[in-house]
Amino acid sequence: MAEPRVIIVGAGPAGTRAAEALVRAGLRPMVIDEGQRSGGQIYRRQPEGFGRSYAKLYGTEAGRARDLHQSFEALLPHIDYRPETLVWNIADQHVWWANAHDQDAAPFDALIVCSGATDRLMPVLGWHHAGCYSLGGAQVALKAQACAIGREIVFMGSGPLLYLVAAQYAAAGAKVAAVLDSAPASARVRAAPDMLALPSVLWNGIGLTLALRKAGVPVLHGVTPVEIRGDADQGVTGLVYRTAGGDTREIACDAVAMGHHLRSETQLADLARCAFGFDPVSRQWLPQCDAEGRSSVPGVYLAGDGCRIRGARAAEAGGQLAALAALADLGLAVDAAERAHLLDAMADYARFARGLMRAFPWPQHQAASLPDAAMVCRCEAVTAGDLRQVVRETGAREANRAKAFSRVGMGRCQGRYCGLAAAEVIAAEARVPVESVGRLRAQAPVKPLSISTGEDAA
Amino acid sequence: MTGRFIRLDEHSRPALTLHVDGEPVSALEGDTLMTAMLQAGRALRTSEFDDGSRAGFCLMGACQDCWVWTESGERLRACSTPARAGLRIVTHNPEASWPNLA
Repeated sequence: MAEPRVIIVGAGPAGTRAAEALVRAGLRPMVIDEGQRSGGQIYRRQPEGFGRSYAKLYGTEAGRARDLHQSFEALLPHIDYRPETLVWNIADQHVWWANAHDQDAAPFDALIVCSGATDRLMPVLGWHHAGCYSLGGAQVALKAQACAIGREIVFMGSGPLLYLVAAQYAAAGAKVAAVLDSAPASARVRAAPDMLALPSVLWNGIGLTLALRKAGVPVLHGVTPVEIRGDADQGVTGLVYRTAGGDTREIACDAVAMGHHLRSETQLADLARCAFGFDPVSRQWLPQCDAEGRSSVPGVYLAGDGCRIRGARAAEAGGQLAALAALADLGLAVDAAERAHLLDAMADYARFARGLMRAFPWPQHQAASLPDAAMVCRCEAVTAGDLRQVVRETGAREANRAKAFSRVGMGRCQGRYCGLAAAEVIAAEARVPVESVGRLRAQAPVKPLSISTGEDAA
Repeated sequence: MTGRFIRLDEHSRPALTLHVDGEPVSALEGDTLMTAMLQAGRALRTSEFDDGSRAGFCLMGACQDCWVWTESGERLRACSTPARAGLRIVTHNPEASWPNLA
């Protein structure tokens, strides 16, 4: 029998560990990654020629980051590695890829999609001003470019990244004006039993809050954002918010880093025709998969944050598990004890992740009370009022139909940053449950191709 | 007013010069185009929907907010394109055509 053709999309924690397990089994997988260097987002590497240490870049996760990078370097002679390459479609048992020099369709017997996550955004009046960035984006500026996104920065939203990035900025010498968490402090107390599934990670999280307080950064809970003030030329100039006690306050800043935890990048799973289901805890539609990462489509496996938001440690275990599942399904030998050990670990990661979702809940009520003037879609400048009018006048209550009438989700980001909030705005306006609004269907290409590639591919 | 991005570390890299809308911009090797442009200025482009200046958002190639163009019309994603000496960038689409969103 010819050697099975296995393709891995993504070279972050999940993709790296999946490749490692396949190489150990004697295969030579193709690893396609958009990044210039392996590592994914959370273990993103700085460019060649930068000199900061692992401890400085990754803090408590320095050892894991180094280990992951070294593991990938060791794999290089044994894999077909395609960096800076976009997988833009999956169809007919082929992966369609393109980069600056070339493009092709690669056939596969097994495909492991490790597509990672992006920030989950709740719009705020004024979030279209220059100087607003996603929390992940703010972290990339620091980690990969040694830059702060502004002179005085407000960190706003909720989720573990809120505290992590704010603490990293404070430690690097940036001026953190405030950390404004929309989650009430009580949510964290209720979530504590689940978060004890990973005591060391919980401890690291508490450490970040303590470090911020020690640095003199105001950290507020139960905050409601009111408006990011700014103008067309200068961008962000300040932030208005309401405290848990109901006071309205204003703070001067020239940058806002915002986000509410993460959302899975599920477009490739969608194009591969994987079945999706609604997850009521995160209020998102997610691809269905079993505990080992098998999707509903034979030969297509899902791992890491691209499937479920469970963090980098879970992504490493999930990538390895998905590779073992693929090997077993291809009729190759798999170590049962290794598989059982990984499944045990995944149960703890899943419990911890559920705790995080409860500690930092998605503030869907903010979508309902979002002022009509607030942009929902930054790409095409479509306001909440525009979207509500479409819902009222056309009766569109389904995400793709509302997109067709309003253009929300049709712009440059293809709904990545507006889709989940838009669904909440539609649900609130139509007075229907958000799951009935559905999800934006993925379209190929999943990201804009260069014009020449688009024409050649047509 | 000074640039939007503030360098906190990694200052001792070799310098390079590129041009943005005809003006020279001094940057460092290893900078992305976005870093090079925003440590010198406040924005990358103007929204085509008349709602002000834009300066990127996600920095990881997902939002496409940071498109700029070369003088010859090639579209570049500023967050993931390295700054190179001699690059000549314009912040308005020189062909003024609708972007290819496919």
